Amino acid sequence: MSRESNLTPVQAEGVAVHTPGVPTVGGRGSRRSTLRRAWRSLLRAKWPLLALFILMLVGLAAVIGPSVAPKDPNRQDIIARLQRPFEAERSGEVEFILGTDSLGRDVLSRVIYGARISLLVGFIAVAIGGSLGVALGIIAGYFGGRVDSLIMRVGDIQLAFPFILLAIMFLVVLGPGVVNLVLILGIGQWVTYARIARAQTISQREKEYVEAARALGATTGRILFRSILPNILAPLIVIASFNIASVILSEAALSFLGLGVPPTVPTWGGMLAESRDQLLAGRWWLAIFPGTAIMLTVLSFNILGDWLRDFLDPRLQGVG
Amino acid sequence: MWSYILKRIVQSVGVILGVTLITFLALHMGGDPTYLYVSERASAEEIAATRATLGFDRPLHVQYLSFLGGLVRGDLGNSLSYRTPALQVVLERFPATLELTLFAMLIAILFSIPLGVVSSLKRGTPVDGSIMMVAMFGQSIPSFWLGIMLILFVGLGLGWLPISGHVPILAPLFQGDLATAWANFPRAVPYLVMPAVSISLFSLSRNARLVRSSMLEVLSQDYVRTARAKGIPPYGVVVRHALRNAWMPVVTMLGLEFGFLLSGVVVVETIFSWPGVGRLVFNAINQRDIPLVQAAVILFSLLFVGLNLLVDLLYARLDPRVRLG
Repeated sequence: MSRESNLTPVQAEGVAVHTPGVPTVGGRGSRRSTLRRAWRSLLRAKWPLLALFILMLVGLAAVIGPSVAPKDPNRQDIIARLQRPFEAERSGEVEFILGTDSLGRDVLSRVIYGARISLLVGFIAVAIGGSLGVALGIIAGYFGGRVDSLIMRVGDIQLAFPFILLAIMFLVVLGPGVVNLVLILGIGQWVTYARIARAQTISQREKEYVEAARALGATTGRILFRSILPNILAPLIVIASFNIASVILSEAALSFLGLGVPPTVPTWGGMLAESRDQLLAGRWWLAIFPGTAIMLTVLSFNILGDWLRDFLDPRLQGVG
Repeated sequence: MWSYILKRIVQSVGVILGVTLITFLALHMGGDPTYLYVSERASAEEIAATRATLGFDRPLHVQYLSFLGGLVRGDLGNSLSYRTPALQVVLERFPATLELTLFAMLIAILFSIPLGVVSSLKRGTPVDGSIMMVAMFGQSIPSFWLGIMLILFVGLGLGWLPISGHVPILAPLFQGDLATAWANFPRAVPYLVMPAVSISLFSLSRNARLVRSSMLEVLSQDYVRTARAKGIPPYGVVVRHALRNAWMPVVTMLGLEFGFLLSGVVVVETIFSWPGVGRLVFNAINQRDIPLVQAAVILFSLLFVGLNLLVDLLYARLDPRVRLG
């Protein structure tokens, strides 16, 4: 039971369960029809579609931000400092749609540039944590025994203390920076993936197709990552979607604490930290826009994760 | 039962050793920690002398053992900025943090259970839909941003609640001054509301979803149907039969919850200038006062591990399947 008490929130909500027989993403042959079904299901459910649309916008901002941002996000303009949103110049033109901060930097451009760090850190950290966790989980589940208990005990230890505090400590010692941030956030995520991959592997390892692969003389590596992995991907993809959301939240919190990327790089969390000094003066726009950006991005990943879970496992529809 | 308890205790000790090892190594990962303790203009002799005084010249495993020995005696080294024992500095701020965490937890529990139950009973209706949508939002809003928004709109805009300040409740209580603690309580609440709401919204939302899915599972069980068939009124079925079993997973979450809430405290305290460990850690980060951060991380982790152990044991007590299994 102690295992159960360490369930992560998403697992506890029942994501980890996967029904055999439901087509898996990456499954052989049926990939195109799965995609078509996914698209149709997306069109039916309205919120996930909206979420996807928002994420595409955020993605666009991250990729082509520099060419659409109206200003250089770091250009200071002391004369135009602390302008309100939509405040017209003397010429009658609105130069800064979302206003400017205390150094006269354009808030809109900074919000657009901020998408880059949030998405970059989110995706890379999840990729690091995901691949590490899945690899260790499959190995633990396939081999069992000592390897299994060693990997899972280390995971238990990691889950047993509040991760963000540990991240804070390492970042204080190692110093802030994108590489350190991504590594620490990534390593923080592996246990969840490892647990699910392990459980799934255990349920798959005695199946005929694995036996067939073994009989055909496939190497262990091939069995693990070419035979088993594609068949256990579905729940892992669902987890990854929720996970990106929580990593983005952690990144924002760490950037807020000044432990994220260097202050010259605009981030949503960093913008919120800077907005604190202007709070009492009622400069609301400095806090509202970056915060809304974080919220919408995280919300979209969560909604999409919810939809993915229902789509990949109809048995769980409406639960959780 | 006893073997289970023993197993969990041994496990917890292992976890604590792991935590201390990692916190210990963190101090050394940034290079020779001696440089944190000497001024920038210190001569080579001074640096060597400090290194010897602090014991950083010994082999790493010896240092770790003495670090553990210190931990047992409650000595985690001196804070660099306060020049007093780090653990003591942290413990002085701890009652304020505990107040905030407990209050946040109370809010999370008081709201999540009814919301989750209502949502599960009204499954598929607009009521369910809107509660779940709000819960989805709640899980997507960064706690510190919610804090800032509350300050802007509820504190500054409407002027309903104070945006900073603190009236101690637990500090006098720990000193045995029950009368002061009691008298302070009503004055303390207004200061607690906004920071506690900011910290708890995430947990509240997640728990509401958890209670709902747990209730849905229980409501489809045979014994609930039997209870309904027996003619027990709906309220009785929910409270006496369903909720009693549905809240097991919620109990499990509470231990973890405390840890999440404690983590949230670091950022939110900073925003509301709450005089607790969180703000202390924030300042320590800025001053690179690593021993202080270390002491806070260890204290929080010990609490977290201890609480999880407690919850598991409670769980074993509540659930016969664990007790006998």
